[in-house]
Amino acid sequence: MSAALELSGIHAGYGDFQALFGIGLRVEPGEAVGVVGPNGAGKTTLLRVISGLIRPTAGSLRFGGQDLAATPAHLLPSLGIAHVPENRRLFPHLTVEENLKVGAFSPSARAHFAERRDRVYDLFPRMKQRRHQLAGTMSGGEQQMCAIGRALMCAPRILLLDEPSAGLAPIVVQQVFDLVRRIREEGLTVLIVEQNVAQVLRVVDRAYVLETGRVAAEGRSAELVADPVIRRSYLGGH
Amino acid sequence: MDPFLLEALVNGILLGGVFALPALGLNLVFGVVDVVWLCYAELVMVGMYAVWFLYTQLGWPLWLAFAACLPVVSLLGLLLHLLVVRPLLTAPPINQVLATGGVLFLLQGAMTLIFRTDFRSLGVDMPPMEVGEIFVSGTKLAAFCAALVGAALLWAFLKFTYVGTAIRAIARDREVMPLMGVDPQRIYLIASAVGGALAGLAACLLVVQLDVHPFVGLSFGPITFMICVMGGLGNMLGGFLAAFIMGIIVSVGGFWGTTEFSYVVAFGFFIVTIFARPRGLFAR
Repeated sequence: MSAALELSGIHAGYGDFQALFGIGLRVEPGEAVGVVGPNGAGKTTLLRVISGLIRPTAGSLRFGGQDLAATPAHLLPSLGIAHVPENRRLFPHLTVEENLKVGAFSPSARAHFAERRDRVYDLFPRMKQRRHQLAGTMSGGEQQMCAIGRALMCAPRILLLDEPSAGLAPIVVQQVFDLVRRIREEGLTVLIVEQNVAQVLRVVDRAYVLETGRVAAEGRSAELVADPVIRRSYLGGH
Repeated sequence: MDPFLLEALVNGILLGGVFALPALGLNLVFGVVDVVWLCYAELVMVGMYAVWFLYTQLGWPLWLAFAACLPVVSLLGLLLHLLVVRPLLTAPPINQVLATGGVLFLLQGAMTLIFRTDFRSLGVDMPPMEVGEIFVSGTKLAAFCAALVGAALLWAFLKFTYVGTAIRAIARDREVMPLMGVDPQRIYLIASAVGGALAGLAACLLVVQLDVHPFVGLSFGPITFMICVMGGLGNMLGGFLAAFIMGIIVSVGGFWGTTEFSYVVAFGFFIVTIFARPRGLFAR
């Protein structure tokens, strides 16, 4: 069976600035994979390449065996790629339910709107309570739920999460990682970018360590946690 | 209350309804595409000529001329977007303003070439109605009602449809839209077509009240821009409310002085507003 997501030799950047230098990455179906590394390592750029917001200048990008090099970004949600961007990027002046509606914009998703919305509400009962509230008036943790719910509206096969714990209080961070665990249990493939290395390694099966646009290390979470270099650099280890 | 003042007040509200449509259209396009259509009043002017031509020259029934005006101006909005705005989407704002300003003169010139500068009148009028102590123009009342219906339809479109919801979303965050499965270019096209259709509807409501000539846009264009800025550019509800404020100022100002005086009052009020609330009356 082919990998859910397979990147090889990906180069990408913004104008003259190159952010990624030959990234190779594989995510198997049903797997949860983390991407960790310092600020500016290219983690967000990597997710933006996968969801088509940035075109790689070299390398190949395959999803479920299909080459995505020429697919416009707006067609990717209906192929099963959902991206929860950095800082959530909810529409603050729309209600929770309207945010979910925008997430179901693709023609293939519109037909299943009610059924998928109810599934999101089952998963996050808090969102059902707040369905008519403006998204911008909710707490950070609730906004993160809403952003994940919005991404689930396209019934993705893979969920890309960019720094889901950023800017949240420690107790809320815990809740967000519990959410990610529950989404995993639903059988969804997850690729998660995080600065919070200790937390994310508890949720994912494997992780890649990115440094200045290159893969510096990769391995199973348990191996990475045990690695002395990783411990020293990212886990505040002893 | 003095019945004449009351009449001026009622007329101001009726006028506000008609101002509201082009203000909504302009705000819609600006909010979504982030480009000001400086030639918006001239799109309305072309629509007025379309109604006049179909009705008086080709002898179409008036309702059919109205029905044709909407798609004609809507198409004009699409063409404006495809030919002028789209190539300049990433250009500096001044280039965009100059380009749509150029279209303003192009449309004025084209209509002058085709129809000359004569004032053209439809020659239709509805009898005034007596309500209590005052007289209300049947034509103005009908135009007002049609404007409200148009505004309500626009509201329902923005509130309840997928495309409408995406339009409200894109006005806040365009970069994230592809992640929602939305092609921003397609939303720009739809907003331009709807903005054009609103100009078309405004043309139908104005052509029964004003004579058409190539420069008729000057009589409602500047005030439309003032209304949009006063309500907060891109703020649909703000523009809608500001249209009524301006309508009342113009009408009641004209009651105390002349029409010219009323415009002085309106512009004065606008300038004070902009100093006091630079982001619009209804900015939060």
